[in-house]
Amino acid sequence: MPSNNIARASGWPLLASELSVLFRRRRTWAMLLALAAVPVLMAVAVRVSSAVPPGRGPAFLDRFTQNGLFVGVTALLVCVPLFLPLTVGVVAGDTIAGEAGLGTLRYLLVAPAGRVRLLLVKYAGAAAFCIVAPLVVALAGAGIGASLFPVGPVTLLSGDVISPQEAVLRLVLVAAYLTVSLLGLSAVGLFLSTLTDVPVGAMAATIVASVVSQVMGELPQLDWLHPWLFSYYWFGFADLLRQPIAWDSFAGNALLQGGYIAVFGALAYGRFVTKDVLS
Amino acid sequence: MTPAGRRVDLAIETRGLSKRFGHQLAVDGVNLAVPSGSVFGFLGPNGSGKTTTIRMMLGLAAATEGTVSVLGLAMPDRFHEVLPRVGALVEGPAFYPFLSGAANLRRLDAADPYAAASTRSARVEAALERVGLSHAAGKKVRAYSLGMKQRLGIANALLSPRELLVLDEPTNGLDPQGTREVRSLVRSLAADGATVFVSSHLLAEVEQICTHAAIMSAGRLVAQGTLAQLRDAGKARIRLVTHDAGLAEGVFASLGMSPAGGRSNGALVYGDGGQDGEVVEPEAVVAALVAAGVRVRGFAVEQGSLEDRFVALTGEGFDIAQ
Repeated sequence: MPSNNIARASGWPLLASELSVLFRRRRTWAMLLALAAVPVLMAVAVRVSSAVPPGRGPAFLDRFTQNGLFVGVTALLVCVPLFLPLTVGVVAGDTIAGEAGLGTLRYLLVAPAGRVRLLLVKYAGAAAFCIVAPLVVALAGAGIGASLFPVGPVTLLSGDVISPQEAVLRLVLVAAYLTVSLLGLSAVGLFLSTLTDVPVGAMAATIVASVVSQVMGELPQLDWLHPWLFSYYWFGFADLLRQPIAWDSFAGNALLQGGYIAVFGALAYGRFVTKDVLS
Repeated sequence: MTPAGRRVDLAIETRGLSKRFGHQLAVDGVNLAVPSGSVFGFLGPNGSGKTTTIRMMLGLAAATEGTVSVLGLAMPDRFHEVLPRVGALVEGPAFYPFLSGAANLRRLDAADPYAAASTRSARVEAALERVGLSHAAGKKVRAYSLGMKQRLGIANALLSPRELLVLDEPTNGLDPQGTREVRSLVRSLAADGATVFVSSHLLAEVEQICTHAAIMSAGRLVAQGTLAQLRDAGKARIRLVTHDAGLAEGVFASLGMSPAGGRSNGALVYGDGGQDGEVVEPEAVVAALVAAGVRVRGFAVEQGSLEDRFVALTGEGFDIAQ
């Protein structure tokens, strides 16, 4: 029973609960394991084959045998167009629609979670997944690379050479860049998730949005539109692999994703606070 | 003084509450008055608008027209003051199948900003104990039976001390044992001073546990009041078993009584109202029958039941009101 001597709590217990439900869920683990399998498969394939002809396959594939740390970067590059948006689409599309589908949405609201607070907590949960997913790929890549191939100083795109420790830092930085890249898509997913009680529909729609954005980004006829697409900077992390680091695309990316968060966050808010919860 | 400390006369009050879905008026001008401290039965056939009304009370759905106040405060505007004091089971239990029963309750308790984290585990344990689920606390809800989920849903409503409990079909899916337990639970909650609002289509259940009731039909509130008031509105009837049916009919007619429901199982059934609408005392009826030479083999006075009243107001048969 509320009274004056119990301060009105913040959303932290609910956020903690949300993160624990998300990351203890078997589905989340399956997706993270699948992501981790990408660098492992690539590294093992290169290890068992005799030699990779330079210039074929994903970038840096031929450099694995000289330096295992390249596995992390290459795996991230491979995961950007499909695997990362796919998993983020599942998590972000599930946010509200998943609760509605289970019927737990009404009990959260009656608890009362508060619609705005629930929306914020749900987005924070999706954002946490955006942090973890690229990091898993990067670290699994570095790990399998280090165990199958020699590790040494890394030559950057600018020609400078950095130590392996510094290279791991750069790898984490690239993962952070991808985290930011996926935040806009998460906001789109959150909004789509408020539109339906069928989580699979919201997930599919989010994933389709990421594909459409990338396809439009390939069409020269839509040049004027490209800087407005949330996938515009997705492959822009090469700037982080130079010496000194060029932060331009990181900043541009952050601004663009911030815009998507603002717009789709507002749409999700507008939709969710007035929604009749009938599931 | 917090709002929680103020006692209000009506735990729930709706005024002209309406909800329209497209062209269909699901709830139509409902004026509900639930006295504080009552055990209030909310009756109505399937599809009569009970659950939609409950959703509007709890701020899950917006009213098309009209107002709702719960514990004296307007809903949904003041939900953050009202809902922590309300425990609810709405349209069946719903849980995360991949979490255990206890983990589900901890999750929903964490959503309540007033629920202290320090007492969470103890309160979850106590709520599970109260509904007899302690042995299954660590089991995944996926493996729960319907009755166990229903119990867990009730446990969720009892996580904190509540002033009002809104229980939508609380005995759905429960075995007779569980139904009895829910009845005694409702009584003990009411004894603690809580108002209990129970929606149900099981009349016998409502007659056993409620002090007040309201009846919904096709989105409208057709009756409400204490149980005695509702029963009285349905008149008593007289049932006579005899071989001299023709003779008896003459006696009834001379007393000004009219048949109610005709013959059933070879017995004559008459309303107990005589001339001028006055109630004819049963002993006077028997005396008149015997004086006329009617061989009385069986004579009974049947009090109006809630069921008669319910059927009279909502119609018979399986037609779901649209």
